[in-house]
Amino acid sequence: MTSTQNGTHLQHFKVWRGDDTKGELVDYAVEVNEGEVVLDIIHRLQATEANDLAVRWNCKAGKCGSCSAEINGRPRLLCMTRMNTFAENEVVTVTPLRTFPVIRDLVTDVSFNYTKAREIPSFTPPEGVEPGEYRMQQVDVERSQEFRKCIECYLCQNTCHVVRDHEENKQEFAGPRYLMRMAELDMHPLDAHGNRAVESQEEHGLGFCNITKCCTEVCPEHIKITDNALIPMKERAVDRKYDPLVWLGNKIFRRPGS
Amino acid sequence: MSTTTDTSGRTGAGRATIAARTLRTDRWWLPPLATFVAFVAWVAYATVRAFMQEYYFVSEYGYLTPFYSPCVSVGCVEGSSHFGTFLPDVWWLPYAAVSLPFLLLFRLTCYYYRKAYYRAFWLSPPACAVAEPHARYTGETRFPLILQNAHRYFFYLAAIVTLVNTYDAVLAFAKPGGGFGLGLGNIILVANVVLLWGYTASCHSCRSAVGGRLNHFSRHPVRYKMWTFVSKLNTRHSQYAWATLASLAITDFYVMAVSAGWISDLRIVG
Amino acid sequence: MTEQIEQHSYDVVVIGAGGAGLRAAIEARLQGKRTAIISKSLFGKAHTVMAEGGCAASMGNANPNDNWQVHFRDTMRGGKFLNNWRMAELHAREAPDRVWELETYGALFDRTAEGKISQRNFGGHTYPRLAHVGDRTGLELIRTLQQKVVSLQQEDFAETGDYESRIRVFAECTITELFTTSEGPGERGAISGCFGYFRDDGRFVRFDAPSIVLATGGVGKSYSVTSNSWEYTGDGHALALRAGATLINMEFLQFHPTGMVWPPSVKGILVTESVRGDGGVLRNSDGERFMFSYVPDVFRDQYATSEEEGDRWYTDPDNNRRPPELLPRDEVARAINSEVKAGRGSPHGGVFLDVSTRLKAEEILKRLPSMHHQFKELADVDITAEPMEVGPTCHYVMGGVEVDPDSAMSSVPGLFAAGEVAGGMHGSNRLGGNSLSDLLVFGRRAGLHAAQHADRGRPAVTESDVQDAVERALLPFSTATDGGENPFMVQQELQKTMHELVGIIRKEDEMEMALKKLEDIATRTRTVSVEGHRTFNPGWHLALDLRNMLLVSLCVGKAALERQESRGGHTRDDYPVMDSDWRHQLLVCSALGEDDIELTRKDQIAMRADLFDLFEMDELKKYYTGEELGGHRTELAE
Ligand SMILES: Cc1cc2nc3c(=O)[nH]c(=O)nc-3n(C[C@H](O)[C@H](O)[C@H](O)COP(=O)(O)OP(=O)(O)OC[C@H]3O[C@@H](n4cnc5c(N)ncnc54)[C@H](O)[C@@H]3O)c2cc1C
Ligand code: SF4
Ligand code: SF4
Ligand code: FES
Ligand code: FES
Repeated sequence: MTSTQNGTHLQHFKVWRGDDTKGELVDYAVEVNEGEVVLDIIHRLQATEANDLAVRWNCKAGKCGSCSAEINGRPRLLCMTRMNTFAENEVVTVTPLRTFPVIRDLVTDVSFNYTKAREIPSFTPPEGVEPGEYRMQQVDVERSQEFRKCIECYLCQNTCHVVRDHEENKQEFAGPRYLMRMAELDMHPLDAHGNRAVESQEEHGLGFCNITKCCTEVCPEHIKITDNALIPMKERAVDRKYDPLVWLGNKIFRRPGS
Repeated sequence: MSTTTDTSGRTGAGRATIAARTLRTDRWWLPPLATFVAFVAWVAYATVRAFMQEYYFVSEYGYLTPFYSPCVSVGCVEGSSHFGTFLPDVWWLPYAAVSLPFLLLFRLTCYYYRKAYYRAFWLSPPACAVAEPHARYTGETRFPLILQNAHRYFFYLAAIVTLVNTYDAVLAFAKPGGGFGLGLGNIILVANVVLLWGYTASCHSCRSAVGGRLNHFSRHPVRYKMWTFVSKLNTRHSQYAWATLASLAITDFYVMAVSAGWISDLRIVG
Repeated sequence: MTEQIEQHSYDVVVIGAGGAGLRAAIEARLQGKRTAIISKSLFGKAHTVMAEGGCAASMGNANPNDNWQVHFRDTMRGGKFLNNWRMAELHAREAPDRVWELETYGALFDRTAEGKISQRNFGGHTYPRLAHVGDRTGLELIRTLQQKVVSLQQEDFAETGDYESRIRVFAECTITELFTTSEGPGERGAISGCFGYFRDDGRFVRFDAPSIVLATGGVGKSYSVTSNSWEYTGDGHALALRAGATLINMEFLQFHPTGMVWPPSVKGILVTESVRGDGGVLRNSDGERFMFSYVPDVFRDQYATSEEEGDRWYTDPDNNRRPPELLPRDEVARAINSEVKAGRGSPHGGVFLDVSTRLKAEEILKRLPSMHHQFKELADVDITAEPMEVGPTCHYVMGGVEVDPDSAMSSVPGLFAAGEVAGGMHGSNRLGGNSLSDLLVFGRRAGLHAAQHADRGRPAVTESDVQDAVERALLPFSTATDGGENPFMVQQELQKTMHELVGIIRKEDEMEMALKKLEDIATRTRTVSVEGHRTFNPGWHLALDLRNMLLVSLCVGKAALERQESRGGHTRDDYPVMDSDWRHQLLVCSALGEDDIELTRKDQIAMRADLFDLFEMDELKKYYTGEELGGHRTELAE
């Protein structure tokens, strides 16, 4: 809007204010300074015209995954979206995550994700291996390590159309973050649970995913969720369920624990 | 596309009441639209060509278009068939009927193309954070889409067809009259085959088969190397998918143009 | 007041879901106790996720010469011998087991060529000792513990049909009060429960429990430049004080030498020490590696004297001494401070930290991915090609609840403390990587002893205390009508005061001024007012946190004024040297009413002989007074 001295200007913001019964986009003209991120602007609103504006955040450094919201319709971390990615005269619209019930303003009830986390069978330690005796090669842990970069921002869970557009699928579908957790454990060199791929398909809704990659697009950790977790899990499920060649190969060249 | 309105499933259940289908301000509808147009155009061209039963072979230099490889119909012109002729010559049966259906299925079940057409044709979703217009969604959990899981079989078959294409391209260096020949056509045929290999080898099923299935790479150093290589290609799978669509069309068009006598092949040797 | 109050009853209540809290809760549950975990933020978001560098444990995977004794010595040195030596001993002894245990919960640390846990160098550690995962070790730690909690819940589900039958997480719930039984003659009040509110809808909740573990982390939010998040308002410190427990070492705050200095909105965000551990060097605006001129006498023998030697150390640590960039944090922070003051700072008031000239781009991406990401996204700086600008930031509080080293119990029966909220373990300065291991070692101990304590009966909560707690919590709404102040403004004032007057370099007159200002802020804190209602109202939340920040700031200010020497995380401009007569002096804070504190002195217990003998006489002489050296082996041998 109006530019003033030393890189400060006023920007037109629209922030969704409301609760689970009703709500609307409220207009604000807020000061923006050089180097700021959207969360700074929300905090400025809080400290000035809207003391009770609800927003969730912690680290302000893209590490905790608390400040997820939607900015101009795109799921983003508020603390990692720099203001200089918008034109000075652009209207910046900030809304809560759409897929989860709203509590107030920008804060949503993300308990769906904790429920799903609980449904994923935990790491099963190998029998007879004492603490301190775990031996794993770096190349063998790297794939799972990529998935463990996840900061549980739930942006992927929020964006995935399977539940975003279809509330009724929430029952059967674990969502990309938790299907990826299955992949992480399935690729863990010492997990003794076994056969997580078929389980993912039969119990956690892997088949709902149509690999349209929105989860990968929004992941702030740049985890290749679809390419490195979901598709390999689909392939592993096929290995177990539908591929006679693999079955035959396993019969002939059986190698323990490959 | 952008005018479709729909309100199903997106509010209620305590969600924030936001009426707009999406609040995205960028031109999110452009990529799916572009994909849609490109696919429709390509399929139209390919269909016409597959049933044309003409201009698919340049007998002078041995150029065979990939759309007719392998040419196994009794109608195939002399010199164009390297694997015998056994299919009847009827108008509704493409001369390469033993390979085309599988190539089609290979691409139809390809993870990348699935993404592309689910977005562009089925709008499921048209773009990220843009609501899809369907009231219900079951993805690939049931018939018929559960058959997408058969992708790897088409991969195995497509790999064989790509071998055949490679054979064609190599054979084209030997002029039917004898002796070595090199023309622009050869270069196009080879470039197409290289891209086809790039596409085929970067397939997700291939990545899984060469090593992705393993949990202990350290015990299989060779397969780990292969997996690493395929993984690198795999990050460009979508680019290969588009590049091969283009190269197939270009190769075919070039062969057609030379064969029909619209242009003459640019010769370098012989 | 007809306020509905949700009520729960548990054997052990753990306040805090960071590394310390989760480890404590896991232990209490493994001991068969019904356990609650309470956290201000969502489950899995606690401050521990931000830890980057690693977790110190002398597993000896990278250098087989490492063992607990070496680790113990490093820790005591880092803390300038003011540490509670028993805690430092337990920590050094138990850390390896605690790290190995994490692997059985599913943690995936980076590996050595033999497939063991890889260990990296860090400031103050003699050998590569930090178990790590790239530069996101804290995330791995918290996720692993979180997933272990889930796995225990799954076990309980299999047995009882209810995931939450034995361990339950109360997320986004802030505890504002601890309940104790009234003090009888000659008897301390014991813990009976606690009280708080849910952040989402503002409803009140009370937990009745005979054992409470405080694991609330630190106090950095009282400073305007800090690497800490909003959670770090010193709640646990203040809760302990108000419940009758004591705090020690509050004058010792660690200013991490390398925080981001630009852009302003991210000022203070941490740049991990691993940047230096992996080869990053510090330069001033003249391009000089200035750290070589700042090696203090006590460390003279252990650090390189030339750039060449320092460079060689990265590849051949056995025959060279380490570069001075890896001195303990307090030394580096002060050096940077001096350089900037002397006018040799970077454009935005820091110094340059450069890793791009020392490592190949792909190596940087592999070893420091989140630093690369952080600078790229927040400052538009590509650390594989350019230097970073860094400066000191308030990072860690060494001070905390005074506890019994073995059981982690405070002076209040049933009140335990572990992690950053506990005091003593790190002395006057914490070594990098020693916090994550501290969380695991003392988290487990606190959980274990809290579980045992719970068997000794359940004191009842006094109902009138609950009413008082409700009224205190609602106070900011009632003052609204009287036109009280905006809590955000008061908070800024407090942060500014602490930052400018009780910051990294301290002076008597400035601190006196700070204490005066804090008195004023105390009055304003009592009358802040908030608008709106109780559903997720950040103004209200802050209004309640403010009084904790205030109490803690008073402790820091008073203790800092009292200690007339410079040691570790406490630097006095007017008393610039370390004074052996102060080494054994602990400054103990206790509460004096709602918003004042009292300071007393206490002697540190002398170190056990066998531990004392682990050090060379020459080194001890630098820290101890002559008479304290009496029991050393060399003396006895004469
Ligand atoms: C940027 C950064 C990097 C670091 N890097 C390292 C490193 O590499 N190595 C290392 O060893 N250390 C490091 N540290 C230090 C270390 O991370 C912390 O000291 C440690 O994580 C503290 O853990 P904790 O369990 O004590 O508390 P936290 O993890 O902070 O958890 C505190 C918990 O208490 C809860 N809580 C607080 N108050 C209340 C209340 N009133 N009611 C209810 N719940 C409450 C919070 O919600 C939270 O769940 C780093 C710190 C920072 C800031
Ligand atoms: S790729 Fe699958 S999981 Fe990811 S957003 Fe798309 S449908 Fe959802
Ligand atoms: S996978 Fe990525 S987007 Fe999904 S929760 Fe984790 S960090 Fe967020
Ligand atoms: S506040 Fe932690 S990710 Fe944004
Ligand atoms: S061909 Fe595209 S994934 Fe197999």
